[in-house]
Amino acid sequence: MNKNLFEYLLRLGDDSLIIGHRLSEWCGHGPILEEDIAMTNMALDFIGQATTIFEYAAKVENTGRDADALAFLRYEREYRNVLLVEQPNEDFAVTMVRQFLFDAFRKPLYEALQNSSDTQIAAIAEKSLKETKYHLKHSSEWVIRLGDGTEESHEKAQYAVDTLWRYTDELFFENEVDAALQAENVIPSLIPIREEWQKTVTDVLTEATLSIPQNGWKQQGGRTGLHSEHLGYILAELQYMQRAYPGMKW
Amino acid sequence: MSNANWPLWEVFIRSKQGLSHKHVGSLRAADAQMAVENARDVYTRRSEGISIWVVQSNDVFASDPSEADSLYEPADSKVYRHPTFYDVPDGISHM
Amino acid sequence: MKENNIEELERQFQEKIDNDIKIEPRDWMPDAYRDTLIRQISQHAHSEIVGMLPEGNWITRAPNLRRKAVLLAKVQDEAGHGLYLYSAAETLGADREETIDDLHSGKAKYSSIFNYPTLSWADMGAIGWLVDGAAIMNQVPLCRCSYGPYARAMVRVCKEESFHQRQGFEIMTTLANGTPEQKAMAQDALNRFWWPALMMFGPNDAESKHTEQSMRWKIKRQTNDELRQQFVDITVPQAEMIGLTIPDADLKFNTETGHYEFGEINWDEFWQVVKGNGPCNKDRVDARRKAKENGMWVREAAAAYAEKRANRNKEKRA
Repeated sequence: MNKNLFEYLLRLGDDSLIIGHRLSEWCGHGPILEEDIAMTNMALDFIGQATTIFEYAAKVENTGRDADALAFLRYEREYRNVLLVEQPNEDFAVTMVRQFLFDAFRKPLYEALQNSSDTQIAAIAEKSLKETKYHLKHSSEWVIRLGDGTEESHEKAQYAVDTLWRYTDELFFENEVDAALQAENVIPSLIPIREEWQKTVTDVLTEATLSIPQNGWKQQGGRTGLHSEHLGYILAELQYMQRAYPGMKW
Repeated sequence: MSNANWPLWEVFIRSKQGLSHKHVGSLRAADAQMAVENARDVYTRRSEGISIWVVQSNDVFASDPSEADSLYEPADSKVYRHPTFYDVPDGISHM
Repeated sequence: MKENNIEELERQFQEKIDNDIKIEPRDWMPDAYRDTLIRQISQHAHSEIVGMLPEGNWITRAPNLRRKAVLLAKVQDEAGHGLYLYSAAETLGADREETIDDLHSGKAKYSSIFNYPTLSWADMGAIGWLVDGAAIMNQVPLCRCSYGPYARAMVRVCKEESFHQRQGFEIMTTLANGTPEQKAMAQDALNRFWWPALMMFGPNDAESKHTEQSMRWKIKRQTNDELRQQFVDITVPQAEMIGLTIPDADLKFNTETGHYEFGEINWDEFWQVVKGNGPCNKDRVDARRKAKENGMWVREAAAAYAEKRANRNKEKRA
């Protein structure tokens, strides 16, 4: 099996799975019915992406594990999502800023992945990009509304930016896995993607009258399986049925 | 301000090219942009549309149902506006 | 135009209804018709919204990716259906926020079934199969209801809900054919949801104070007992087919009438739950109230921003 490709697919799949999980926690509790529906739509897009990605990862791994086994039956240290996506929802501002910071990364990433030499990845990227463009539009507009809305919403949005900023550097984490896949043109370099992210984030936060934190401490670890304490609780729920009733069909 | 109540919008959806927009319902949104996005999420979850119009409900001016008699019934007597009013001899087609 | 007194208007109104002409929002209608509809439609809308909670309880714990996506889509549909219904109520002049406040204060009711807890994954199956099954039975006749916007909303809802019951029955079938633990889980869910599902159709016809007038106005097209009987007749063979037992010792098929006879419903329990004393009444209403309160600043922010932007555009044009 192509270990690097498998590892990379876990990163993509876990990011989608975990942020989809967080969004789905809002279902039934949104700030207004219309937004409840919108967030669930995004959650559905992410669960759908995770499914397709894990299906491909299972094929690449070729050991008999299927997409569900990958999503539900790995241990905590085997998840490869960035720390950003596992951060708790807290309130609507934290959720939307988290979403925005992630979407602003995902859009240029998928754009570049459309040109992957791996046709499966290119196809996944093409489909997911359409969804991601809408997510980014939705989350950007909310960040602007909250930032430039009332005093209270501005404060909450600024708090969200300040709290989550430390997790943004990890979006651009690269190691030997990336180097190997880049050499085969499977994945792009993250340098231009970072530039585009920076521009989107600067534009939107400026329009939202929010200040961009000056580079402070950067938290990393998710990409190598070293997570925050939050992931354990996500997995406790996510994996509950599969762990309590091993090997059954649902 | 303490206005947490968003205005009501009427939603019109074109289901496919070639058809006109049709009223499907209403929703709440703070502005037109949001109304379009909410309409997309609420009313096109099953690919029901390819184009959306939104109009603030307050801006819709409607005819008065109690005037229906005088507004619409006069047209009923103008049967000569309908092709079936005319006799066409047997054997004539394409008319 | 001739002078119309109230009786004349009411006579014309009833004539329209008798002739199956739909009533539309701006048409004249008796106050009692409007009030009954507002009560019925908003109660229906609240049921959809509160109904998101018991199933929402299992979204993060769904056993696999497919089930998770289906459950999310289903609960989201319920939000959509609530919205269609609130829209229909708004055409009668019922402001959505005020309607929702009535839910939170306990003044407005919603379907009693959602006050029961979802304790296992099998409850997702039981809810889809029984609760959505009962709801569809209630809703299909409402597609022909006399009030246009309500009827149109119900057409949409019924079309979309056709998958809801199927996915529930699929879950139950899978469990019933699964391991002994799974089958026990399914049977336990059926045991807990069967009677509350029968209660969903409301009190017996003799006790139902609104039925007669509502039937005359065609905002209700079949009686509670008729619908309940239909539900039992359809559902019992389905349970048998997947090898589950209906928890009713008195249940038997009457070959003469062609209907199932079933045991006495515990109406004390029903009225207790309606009054607010069900196992989850407080949790459900609290969750909805909290969502509204926590969302207040968000809605205010969006309104404030919309106003700012509109003013800026005005200045730009000036």
